[in-house]
Amino acid sequence: MAKKLVSLENIVFKYEGQTRNAVDHVSFDIYEGEWLALVGHNGSGKSTLAKLLNGLQFPQEGSILVNGTELTEETVWEARSKIGMVFQNPDNQFVGATVQDDVAFGLENAGIPLPEMVKRVQNALNKVKMGSFLNQEPHHLSGGQKQRVAIAGVIALQPDLIILDEATSMLDPRGREEVLETVRELKEENLLTVISITHDLEEAAKADRMIVMNEGKLYRQGIPTDIFQMEGELIELGLDIPFSVKLSKEFKEHGIGLVKSHLTEEELVRELCELHSKM
Amino acid sequence: MLDKMILGRYVPVDSTVHKLDPRSKLLLVFLFVCIIFLANNLVTYGLVGLFTLLLLMLSKIPIRFLYNGLKPILFLIVFTFILHILFTKEGELLYKLGWLEIYDGGLRQGLFISLRFTFLILVTSLLTLTTNPISITDGMETLLHPFKKWKLPVHELSLMMSIALRFIPTLMEETDKIMKAQMARGVDFTSGPLKERIKAIIPLLVPLFVSAFKRAEELAIAMEARGYRGGEGRTKYRQLKWQTADTLLMLSLVVLTIFLVLLRS
Repeated sequence: MAKKLVSLENIVFKYEGQTRNAVDHVSFDIYEGEWLALVGHNGSGKSTLAKLLNGLQFPQEGSILVNGTELTEETVWEARSKIGMVFQNPDNQFVGATVQDDVAFGLENAGIPLPEMVKRVQNALNKVKMGSFLNQEPHHLSGGQKQRVAIAGVIALQPDLIILDEATSMLDPRGREEVLETVRELKEENLLTVISITHDLEEAAKADRMIVMNEGKLYRQGIPTDIFQMEGELIELGLDIPFSVKLSKEFKEHGIGLVKSHLTEEELVRELCELHSKM
Repeated sequence: MLDKMILGRYVPVDSTVHKLDPRSKLLLVFLFVCIIFLANNLVTYGLVGLFTLLLLMLSKIPIRFLYNGLKPILFLIVFTFILHILFTKEGELLYKLGWLEIYDGGLRQGLFISLRFTFLILVTSLLTLTTNPISITDGMETLLHPFKKWKLPVHELSLMMSIALRFIPTLMEETDKIMKAQMARGVDFTSGPLKERIKAIIPLLVPLFVSAFKRAEELAIAMEARGYRGGEGRTKYRQLKWQTADTLLMLSLVVLTIFLVLLRS
């Protein structure tokens, strides 16, 4: 098994003035190089977990280890340099006046010298295919482009882990695909670890591993194929399963001889084709 | 529409003045405002006028934009001119018609004051017309740097200003959206008596404020997540370059000042 990058041990977190724990005795590990999807309905504690991982909030109980060091007030800046975050609203995380200023913002904070900064800004923007937009102002960009700039801002800092906190939920289907494709490419290239917090199960289906959260508790973890087996339970939790999984199940119930379970449309189509040519 | 009002000030043309360092342009405006008071006769006003004209020509800004800058205070200029003509009774009497008496001193004073106004407005609007707001912010930050000793939060001020500038279009868009949403619900922004129209602004302002605060909070979290912890130990991506042209501009100002001091009466 790959190396543990982050591990959470028995985390408890409660927002002030609330009776219920937002995160309730949660433990899990994040391994180097994996794509982990964190799913759950609104208020299940998944976004709170992201804030805890980045030290924007601290747990009341339990501990978070990043590369073996415990995340505390003292080590939080060190951890933040290793964990990049992309948030939901593309506009509210764009700090700079232009694309290049925004990517440079994180580098400026880290005190990177100018020549190095110029190189990294250009590199990061090339990687997200925004290299020709250096001087563009944010209000001239689409949501997907803004999110790609935000990703460039994160990877310019060369983190080990990138957290997408519902980063695609405000985008149109094309923007969503653009952003996910970019992250996927980056992950392959740099062995980046990705945590995507989402309620888009089509997106989660493509992850290496899934964690289902419910009312602050870790409900289930496993590979997507296994998770989607518990169809009824997922729907009870306020989650829906991807269309292709549903369809493939229906096919099986109607006695059409499919063997595998299908997470994506392509897989389903392929097996249907094979089946058809055999008949 | 609203967008043009504030941001339409900057006219991106390729010219010598555009390429000047924002610091030298800021200094120019500041010093110009001071030395223009040295001018007090025809020759000195002529010199200042020549200097202004030269800058305007170098900036390649179309006259239309300069006129737009002058328009709001055109009334003030004409008004002071007329006041001086009517009420300054110095020098020789030039013209008399009933109670109306025009003295040469009044004419001269009126002319000078209006010229002073015009030159001041032209040079200050030249700054905003040829420099984009972000560069002005950068220039201010560097120029104000010495005041850090006296606990002036220079870095924070300039960051605030640049974030404010960056969010103007975003908030404009939002205003537009809320306006349309409220119009769809029957709010009338454009007609009715003034009192009603002012009242109609409230359902626009309240949601706008709520969302602006929400944005501010999210932005603060995003900034913190990206490692922002104040100006300490921060490097700067935007660099200002002081060039020969900037030195020349400053020198020309010095020369102008010397001439003004020598030639004023």
